[in-house]
Amino acid sequence: MNRDAPVVLGIETSCDETGVGIVRGTELLANVISSSMDEHARYGGVVPEVAARAHLEAIGPVITAAVAEAGLSLDDIDAVAVTSGPGLAGALMVGVGAAKALALSLGVPFYAVNHLVGHVGADVLAAEGQPLSYPTVALLVSGGHTSLLLVRDIVDDVELLGETIDDAAGEAFDKVARILGLPYPGGPQIDRVAADGDPRAIRFPRGLSLPKDMAAHRYDFSFSGLKTAVARWVEKRRDAGEPVPVADVAASFREAVADVLLTKALNACADTGVPRLLLGGGVVANARIRDLAHERAAAAGVELRIPPFSLCTDNGAMIAALGAQLIRAGRAPSDLGVPADSTLPVTEVQAGRA
Amino acid sequence: MLLAIDTSIGSSAAVVSPSGEVRSSLGVTDTMRHAEVIGELIRDALAAAGIGADGVTAVVAGMGPGPFTGLRIGIAAATAFALGRGVPLLRLVSHDAIAAEWALSGGEGQLTVSTDARRRELYWSRYLVEGGQARRVDGPGLVVPAELELHGEHVAATAVDAGRLGAIAAAGLRDGVEFPALSALYLRSPDVTPSAGPKRVTT
Ligand SMILES: [Zn+2]
Repeated sequence: MNRDAPVVLGIETSCDETGVGIVRGTELLANVISSSMDEHARYGGVVPEVAARAHLEAIGPVITAAVAEAGLSLDDIDAVAVTSGPGLAGALMVGVGAAKALALSLGVPFYAVNHLVGHVGADVLAAEGQPLSYPTVALLVSGGHTSLLLVRDIVDDVELLGETIDDAAGEAFDKVARILGLPYPGGPQIDRVAADGDPRAIRFPRGLSLPKDMAAHRYDFSFSGLKTAVARWVEKRRDAGEPVPVADVAASFREAVADVLLTKALNACADTGVPRLLLGGGVVANARIRDLAHERAAAAGVELRIPPFSLCTDNGAMIAALGAQLIRAGRAPSDLGVPADSTLPVTEVQAGRA
Repeated sequence: MLLAIDTSIGSSAAVVSPSGEVRSSLGVTDTMRHAEVIGELIRDALAAAGIGADGVTAVVAGMGPGPFTGLRIGIAAATAFALGRGVPLLRLVSHDAIAAEWALSGGEGQLTVSTDARRRELYWSRYLVEGGQARRVDGPGLVVPAELELHGEHVAATAVDAGRLGAIAAAGLRDGVEFPALSALYLRSPDVTPSAGPKRVTT
């Protein structure tokens, strides 16, 4: 294998997307995703057992489709990488089982990698010759996680600055959408109705932003209180027989989320003296979060990077890209006995290191 | 050579020759560590049989019944291995291996096989064993222990031997049997109820 540009197949099954991607070094060759989102709609959120069953049904066809999209055959694969955590345990195990067996069947090395660092790894595929400079702050926001990282080196120096202490930001969007009678998933629905609303109409709380919270939780997030505040505000209106201004509630809620995410992320840039911010995760699809990120980063003199949306949501290409970075750095493969670890810490970029 | 994998109870991997001879069969009884052990089991089963991955001409998967989380790992591994080698994936009911084992040890007549389904329930299948051949006549199904109907002998199994599963598949290939397009045999719906709408936060 060419250590500088290995052909790596990456498997991602940490939540509700079955993703298989193939890269050659930093070049994206294939990115195929099968989502079970529609099956979760009637439950109002991701159901772990439903997600895991869908992964098992999808894993074979998605591997086949990715290899076809790359214009390769499986014999061309130099290594297999897989998300071993963090994520939903039963869902992760489908990918881990498949990846171990695929690597054995092809006689190639196996790399178990960290999902969150994978989101950072996505950037190398989108860079078009402009590799990400380190260190960088990374804000990763999805239905499953809300994390702020300081990445000094993608293969061996990642620090967790903060994360949500309750709901992920994406979950808050889903829950507020339900309160407003909007369908699942909530992110695009809130975005749609908020377009006609006034983001300053209602001042919803910014979680963990009061001076007393900032001491212990400067970079942590909390969205549970915000969701309850929205519910309380809406119930009060309904109880009084008054109409609920859905557009204003949605816009004000979205503003509270975007504000707290970017305030904390740019605080981290300022505090660490790192003038670079990378966004990742499905919530980056939210128009207001992207716009506010551009505005605030420009004002703070921070370089902002947002990979294309298909590489921001959970996908196998980012896992393959991180695997390729590990190989390039000369890392030995992961131990074949590595477990799926639903709480894998972000400091462990590669799990099962020999 | 056939590579057989089953994680419907513990984890087991085996290599079986086309004539049905079990060349290697390894198992781990732990019912919680399927994801950890699956890779090493496959690797070691191939090594013990003295073949490489390229010596595998078909992969056999035990499709359950079995508790979901563990069951899926073996099926996912079997699926991926078969894809990697470009060889067929042959799906079998895991209980068939337990009945074949009983037949091999001289059992004859009616047999009920049961395995633990957790949540105080049992998976069961019923067989007729004649001349050393076990034929499934009913099941697999799911019951509470008090409602398990026993016909003839009863084997409450705590392990599935992938070697036996591989031997059944080898015989099937020799006889030109068509293998069923089984999905994972969970025999239970995901344990969820559709959302009833948001709960009030103020009283
Ligand atoms: Zn993610």
